[in-house]
Amino acid sequence: MARLGVDIGGTFTDVVLELAGSLHSAKVLTTYHAPEDAIVEGLHKVCAQAAISPQEISQIIHGTTLATNALIERRGAKTALITTEGFRDVIEMRTESRFEQYDLNLTLPAPLLPRNRRYTVLERMDARGEVLIPLDIDEVGELAADLATAGYESVAVGLLHSYANPSHERQIRDILTKALPGVPISLSCEVSPQMREYERFNTTIANAYIKPLMARYLDRLAARLAAEGADCPIFLMHSGGGIISLESAATFPVRLVESGPAGGAVFAAELAARHGLNKVLSFDMGGTTAKICLIRDHTPKTARAFEVARSYRFKKGSGMPISIPVIDMVEIGAGGGSLARVDGMGQIRVGPESAGSEPGPACYGRGGLRPSVTDADLMLGKLDPLHFAGGTMPLSPEAATLALQTCLGTPLGMGVTEAAWGLAEVVDENMANAARIHAVENGEDLAEYTMIAFGGAAPLHAAGLCEKLGIERCLIPKGAGVGSAIGFLHAPFSFEANRSVFMRLAAFDPVAVRGIFGELQQEATRFVRFCDATAEILAEFKVYMRYSGQGWEIPVTLTEAQALDADPLVYLACFEQTYTNLFARTVAGMEVEITVWSVNAHTPRTETQTAAPVTAHPAPRATAQRQVFDAASGAFARSDIHERAALAAGHELSGPALITEAETTIIVPASRRAIVLSDGSVALHKKGE
Amino acid sequence: MAELSKVACQVMWNRLISIVEEQAQALVRTAFSTSVREAGDLSAGVYNAEGQMLAQAVTGTPGHVNAMADAVPHFIRRLGRDNILEGDAYITNDPWEGTGHLHDITVVTPSFHQGQLAGFFACTAHIVDIGGRGFGADANSVYEEGLYIPILKFFDKGVVDQTLIRIIRGNVREPDQVVGDVYALATCNEIGHRRLIDMMKEFHLTDLQGISDFILTHSREATLARIAALPRATATGQMQIDGYDREIDLCVTLTIESDRVLCDWAGTSGVDKKGINVPLVYTKAYACYALKCAIAPDIPNNAASLAPFEITAPENSIVNALHPAPVALRHVIGHMLPDTIYNALDQILPHTVPAEGAGCLCNFQVSLRPRSDAPAPLDARRAEVLMFNSGGSGARPSLDGMSATAFPSGVMTMPVEATEQVGPVIIWRKELRPDSGGAGQFRGGLGQYMEVGARDGHEFDIQAMFDRVNHPALGRHGGAPGAATTIGQDDGTAMKGKGKQFVPHGRKVMMAFPGGAGYGAPDLRDPALVQRDLALGYISKETARNVYGLTTLQIADAIAAAMNGDDI
Repeated sequence: MARLGVDIGGTFTDVVLELAGSLHSAKVLTTYHAPEDAIVEGLHKVCAQAAISPQEISQIIHGTTLATNALIERRGAKTALITTEGFRDVIEMRTESRFEQYDLNLTLPAPLLPRNRRYTVLERMDARGEVLIPLDIDEVGELAADLATAGYESVAVGLLHSYANPSHERQIRDILTKALPGVPISLSCEVSPQMREYERFNTTIANAYIKPLMARYLDRLAARLAAEGADCPIFLMHSGGGIISLESAATFPVRLVESGPAGGAVFAAELAARHGLNKVLSFDMGGTTAKICLIRDHTPKTARAFEVARSYRFKKGSGMPISIPVIDMVEIGAGGGSLARVDGMGQIRVGPESAGSEPGPACYGRGGLRPSVTDADLMLGKLDPLHFAGGTMPLSPEAATLALQTCLGTPLGMGVTEAAWGLAEVVDENMANAARIHAVENGEDLAEYTMIAFGGAAPLHAAGLCEKLGIERCLIPKGAGVGSAIGFLHAPFSFEANRSVFMRLAAFDPVAVRGIFGELQQEATRFVRFCDATAEILAEFKVYMRYSGQGWEIPVTLTEAQALDADPLVYLACFEQTYTNLFARTVAGMEVEITVWSVNAHTPRTETQTAAPVTAHPAPRATAQRQVFDAASGAFARSDIHERAALAAGHELSGPALITEAETTIIVPASRRAIVLSDGSVALHKKGE
Repeated sequence: MAELSKVACQVMWNRLISIVEEQAQALVRTAFSTSVREAGDLSAGVYNAEGQMLAQAVTGTPGHVNAMADAVPHFIRRLGRDNILEGDAYITNDPWEGTGHLHDITVVTPSFHQGQLAGFFACTAHIVDIGGRGFGADANSVYEEGLYIPILKFFDKGVVDQTLIRIIRGNVREPDQVVGDVYALATCNEIGHRRLIDMMKEFHLTDLQGISDFILTHSREATLARIAALPRATATGQMQIDGYDREIDLCVTLTIESDRVLCDWAGTSGVDKKGINVPLVYTKAYACYALKCAIAPDIPNNAASLAPFEITAPENSIVNALHPAPVALRHVIGHMLPDTIYNALDQILPHTVPAEGAGCLCNFQVSLRPRSDAPAPLDARRAEVLMFNSGGSGARPSLDGMSATAFPSGVMTMPVEATEQVGPVIIWRKELRPDSGGAGQFRGGLGQYMEVGARDGHEFDIQAMFDRVNHPALGRHGGAPGAATTIGQDDGTAMKGKGKQFVPHGRKVMMAFPGGAGYGAPDLRDPALVQRDLALGYISKETARNVYGLTTLQIADAIAAAMNGDDI
């Protein structure tokens, strides 16, 4: 069976064909005007490599940044919001705070819909879902006529407390469907049925905003692929790390946001399973950003919300909140192209500004004048100027030197080497800090973790990052350059259904609990069944709990039996266990409550072949050597150069060394040794382990 | 310092800033009071063994900026160095040695490494209730404002003081919240401590002396360089505001010298009878904050970067109130200090500072209870609900003000849906207030409307904490004032801007929060921006015509574009 994974990224579209256990991959430039063109080009390339015709492909799994980009670039449909009277400005007033407190000239991001596209109707539910003011059907009818006249292409409906009682939102949909035939309608009680109006309304609006665009693209894609002979089912990767049908994706396109990085996390999770690693930190570093994600027991951490389109240096709060089930990762502006400068304190700062592909880092010799991470890597000997990108693109150490000296060295009284060292240390430290905060928020101690590193720039920085985080072992898989697309092929069909229903444990109602979980399980299963008519469907149960009065819930995982037996004492025990893991101690004498209920239905994950153990034996003698800077000793050290293609399973070598391949270079510092595993991954171990 | 350690010092400074950020995040996640967990009214910092602040979390609010820097030395002095032991944690809510009112609880934890005191962690959080009269302006002395906790040990070598916990529980309206928050404060310091020790091990440090010198030296030099670049000048700024039942005059004199900025509050009104007085720590916090925003916004807060800003005020003035003055609502005056300073600074640094804004947060607390005028339903109950809300900020020299956005405070509002889960309160309206932004070449930010009632079967008291009822924000360089605060009941009953007031069953409180003032003359405003404001409903047709001089045709075009749903 041939399966195709397709990841559309900012620069490249990666296409991976899996056939009889082997992988064929192609990287083609993303075609912004018609993204399907790049897919078709890649499709033919990999089919040619594998010597099959597109007709033989049985399944295509697709992830794309299209949804994310449409939100960032504000290229969505003409969309209206209908909301409760008195709350027209929820998405504009946000949290009423400033995300950067010391900037007197701060500019807040504009709301996704300007005020004239936000309409109100008289109605009101209370927090318990009881009607305080009934909906005025005639008023909605008049509004519908106005919306038709104005020519809206999409409508979002977000009413206060609709997560507790959706009936008014549904009545509005019924009226709009008649008055505005063909116009898609997104209800907040369906897109994101969770408490907190700003997040829910914004998510619903985002869904409505990109819905026509994504529906058109998905239609076009299916037709185009069929015309090329690939007339098989197409599925979409979603932000939660699973896959959904084309139809579900068209209904809830907001769930496609950040699906590419989610694929990367799935790729790392599959590797974790293959190597029997229960605690993994996935580290995906590309040209512009680095993504960091925790993977426990071969499963990426998930969350219920994240922020997209941060407008102010990736700063928390400067984007828009999207509350949907997502793989929980941190993304920071740290990639090969990230630019460095000296701030007012004489401190080196790196990113989030990036040199991009034009002009690119200074060493590309295309006019870049400011030093980037890649320039520092070059001057520290980590990159070979003559063999970058397989030798297709010679790098200029002179240009890198000039940029480092002018922008960092001279102002700080440092030489070029020290400036490059400082730059590399700062970017590694930025990533390490992001990883640490992420770990703390999840109550994890990274010392027990193994890193899995992929993406073009990751192998250069992985070992340094491990040193900072106290991580003993790091794996750099084969196919690291197209990791996300490979990840798509390993993702299960899945759909997570959530609902906000507030319940104190003191007023625990087992009948209601079984009812909630029953409905959620039915809803989630329906989506999965639509993708696969026969597969076994598993369900995971979670409740979000807290002490009464706290604002942040913690996710508590329950077994199916625990969930449906509905014994409040069992729920309490599970909560206290989880709370202790996170925050060291429970708080005595407090009431406990549940706020959100969740069921994730999915098909069984693909069986993973455990990587066979290898017997270590010395790698062949290095073909060459060069000087590479060692951060630990603060000096250059003579390092062996090995070609990855020349190494076989079991080959072991000792740092300082480099392992080179066309797309990237693995740095093995003096403190570590490298061993090639049976699946071709390279493991970096701390010496003396 | 050796060449090699330059890079290490850069890394460690970044690390300390990241550590206090982790500390603050842990507090948000474990806190109970909405003021901390939803609104972020907190702060967190790390100190060297001498008690000098090395880094402060960005998460949190400026009200604690300098107060936090001063707090730890008070703890060291009160407890005595010999009495500071591993496993301890200390607590206070002293308004004069903490952060300005009894509602802020500060916990300080010493951090030991290899048996030696390496430094301290401190954090502060605003809790919803501390007993007494409740959070409001009505007290005549600090004794009426709630439970006072002097500096003492909360953990004694790891053992919790149960007597203290029982005293707290017995004196506050929401004991679970307060005790839960005290634990949360201790937890977050512990998380900071663990990360600090990890860092010290990684860099083979036995103490923080070297990194502390590096941070403080660089911060001092950078701050002094900024000050040296300013013109040497003196200027005075004034502002009059509502006060409780008499007007308050704020008066500040700024003097910029070659190596320091003096900020003196002589000429400001004396201590008030009611709880709107400000301890000097809080005055210092907002004065420093305002000056740092304008002069050195990118230099992190620590002992050295704050030291060149010298803030003084006459004793027994409203901005240097001494014990036992009532101080619960010190924020009402404190939040007005930056605008007063900017009235002076604008004379020295033109085109830098904004026009006056709403200033103080538009907070209120409602105490709900079953109706007393008729039989109440069985499920009626008591509850305390606090809400933080913001008016508009002042227009900037080249930008409009921000609508419904806190300045100078750094806190967030609470979601309406979360607030209505806390108690039987109904927020009927919370949206922007058109025409409230002061006109100008750059328009002031809009204030907001709020309407608040109770669920059927309840009545309530509202603690109003509003200013700018009689003294709206004033414009700069020809800009017009923002709209004033208004408050009343839906049947027309008048209400006051400050103090506890009863609202009978079935009535709503109708509030309009103030807008920011404009910057530059309104006739200089780009007509396209006026048309946009009209189309978006930020201003009315009347304002567009009468204030900005839009023609009938321009007005008709804007309205048509809005009706048509055009992208504006």
